[in-house]
Amino acid sequence: MSQEAGRTITVRALARVEGEGSMHVRVRAGAVEDVRLEIYEPPRFFEALLRGRRHTEPPDITARICGICPVAYQMSACQAIEAACGIEVPDAVADLRRLLYCGEWIESHALHIYLLHAPDFLGYASALDLARKGRGLVERGLALKKAGNAIMELVGGRAIHPVNVRVGGFYRAPARTEMAALAQKLRAALDLALETVTWAAGFEFPDFQHDHEMLALITPGQYAIDRGTVATTGGLSFAPAQFEDYVIEEQVPHSTALHARLAGRGRYLTGPTARYTLSGQWLSPVARQAADAAGLGAECRNPFRSILVRAVEVVYAVDEALRLIERYEPPAPCYLEVPPRAATGHGATEAPRGVLFHRYGIDAEGLITSARIVPPTSQNQASIEDDLRRFVAGRLDLDDEQLTRQCEQAIRNYDPCISCSTHFLDLTVDRG
Amino acid sequence: MTARDNPRQHTVVIGVGNEFRRDDGAGPAVIARLRALQPGDESLSGVTLALSDGEPGRMIDLWEGTGLTVVIDAVRDTAMPPGRTCRLALDMLAGVTDGPASSHGIGLGDTVELARALGRLPARLTVLAVAGRDFGFGTGLTAEVAAAVAELVEQVREIVRCPGLGRTSGFASQHDSFGRI
Repeated sequence: MSQEAGRTITVRALARVEGEGSMHVRVRAGAVEDVRLEIYEPPRFFEALLRGRRHTEPPDITARICGICPVAYQMSACQAIEAACGIEVPDAVADLRRLLYCGEWIESHALHIYLLHAPDFLGYASALDLARKGRGLVERGLALKKAGNAIMELVGGRAIHPVNVRVGGFYRAPARTEMAALAQKLRAALDLALETVTWAAGFEFPDFQHDHEMLALITPGQYAIDRGTVATTGGLSFAPAQFEDYVIEEQVPHSTALHARLAGRGRYLTGPTARYTLSGQWLSPVARQAADAAGLGAECRNPFRSILVRAVEVVYAVDEALRLIERYEPPAPCYLEVPPRAATGHGATEAPRGVLFHRYGIDAEGLITSARIVPPTSQNQASIEDDLRRFVAGRLDLDDEQLTRQCEQAIRNYDPCISCSTHFLDLTVDRG
Repeated sequence: MTARDNPRQHTVVIGVGNEFRRDDGAGPAVIARLRALQPGDESLSGVTLALSDGEPGRMIDLWEGTGLTVVIDAVRDTAMPPGRTCRLALDMLAGVTDGPASSHGIGLGDTVELARALGRLPARLTVLAVAGRDFGFGTGLTAEVAAAVAELVEQVREIVRCPGLGRTSGFASQHDSFGRI
C-alpha cells in the first residue's frame, strides 16, 4: 500500500472519448474520506433535440442514444407517446414488443457476462485473454448473443437501432414461418443460457452486501420487462406517471450529471438485482430452477453476484421468447394510428440496466414541447458511490494497482452504459 | 456462383460510428455515399454495405468468412490533423488495443484481436481511419472530416476493385485510440 504524501494514481479505464467520466477516491488517515463518481449523460442532449419534433419521432431518435439498448429507448418512448395520445396497443402488438425486448436483454447481458464481467472473476485481464485461453467460453457467449441478434433482426428489422418499431406498433409483423426458424435458434440458445448459469455459479464472489432500497417495475404474475408498476423493496408502489413525484433528480457539486434519489428516502438501486429481488417469484419455472440451483435466494444484495442474476435473466428471456413465439399470430393490423392530442405521457420499461423512464409533452399539432429521459445508470450513481466507499474501506491494505482493479470490477457490477452515461473513466485514488 | 454466394470471395464494407457524435459519424456518412453510388457502380456490385456501432460480436458476425472486409472508422489522434485519412492493414491493428480496464465496450483493435483468437477474421481486413476533431454531442461532421468523406469513398472503391493494391501508413504506432462511441 502506498502512503506517500499526495500520491495519486490514474487509470484510463475506458479508452473512448475523453473526459466524460471519472472516479475519485480520497483516503485520509487510513479511512475513506470521499468517493466521487462523475458520469456524463447524453440523454440531456437528446431531450433538447426532441423538442419541436413530431410525436412519431422519439422511438427512432432516442434509439440512437445507445447502441446496446436501443429497444429500451424505443419501448419507453412508444409507451409514453401512446399514453399521451390515449392509445393502448392490442395484446398481440404488446407481445411482439416484449419479444423484441427479450432479444435486447439476451444480447446485452451475454455481452456483459462473457466479454466484460467474467474475465474479472476468472483472473483474466480482458475478454481477449479469456478468448486466447478459453476459446470455447467466448464462443458460447457470442453464440448466445447471436440468438438475441436474431430476434432483433427479425422483429426489429435490423440488429442495431431497429427500424421496424413505430408509435402504435410495428411497420411489419414477421410471418409465422419466420418465427418458426427463430424458435429453432432459441431452443439451442436455451441450453447455452442454462450452461452459463451453471458456469457463473462457480465463480468466487467477494463477500459484500449493500443495504440500498431497490427499485424495479413489477407486473404480478410475470417477470417485468416491457411495462409495470414501479415498486421498491421499501414498500413504495406507484405508476410511471408518478415517477417524478417519487424520484428526484438533483445536481451534486462534483458532477455535471444529475443524481437521482427517492423523495424523502435517499439513494436507491435499479437493475437486474433489483428486478430479481422484486420479481424473482415470477420467473418462468426453468429460470426459477436455474436460479435456485445456482444458489440465488429470494433476494440478491451482493452486487458481485449480478453476473449470476444476468445469467438467470438470459435464461428467462430465451424461455419467454420461445413462449411468445409458440403462441404467435401476426397482429393485423400491426399498428394503430396514433393521432396527436395536447397532453403529457409517461413510459417506463426495464432496460437491461434497469428502469428507463420517458416523459413527453406534446401539443395538439403533434409537436413535442418537452422531453425528459431518466436512464438507469444515472439513477444508480449514488448507490455505486456508496458501494465503492464501503468496498474501498475494507480493502485499504491493497496496493494501488490491486485496489484500482477491484474498483473497476465493482463498477462493472452495474454495467454502466457507455452510451447512456459514460464514455471514459479516469480512476484516481488519492491516499493523502 | 456469385461472390455473394461464395463467402470467401464476398466483400463487406462496414461504416463504424455514431451519427449523433459529430465526427464519429464519418463511417456512416461514407456508407450513405456508397449506397447512393452502388446501383450505377460496377465495382460496388455485390458488395455488402453495413453500419455498425462497433460492438464486437456484430462486427465479427459481419466480417467472418468474407474474402475482404473494409472498415471505416473515425479516430481520435492528436498527432494527426483533423480530416487526415490513413489505411491500416490487418497486421497493423495488433497494437491498437484499449487496454485491460474497459468498464463497458470493446474497441476495434481488441475486436480484431478477439476475432484472431477465435479464428474468425476475414481473409483480408483493411481499416480506413479518418482523424476527427469533434466527438461531442450533435449531428453533422466538422468541415475537415466532411471534406474527407469523398476521399474515403474513393479509397473504398479502389480497394474493392483491387484489394491487393493501396498504400498503408505507420499510423498504428502513433495511434491513440479509436474514437468510436
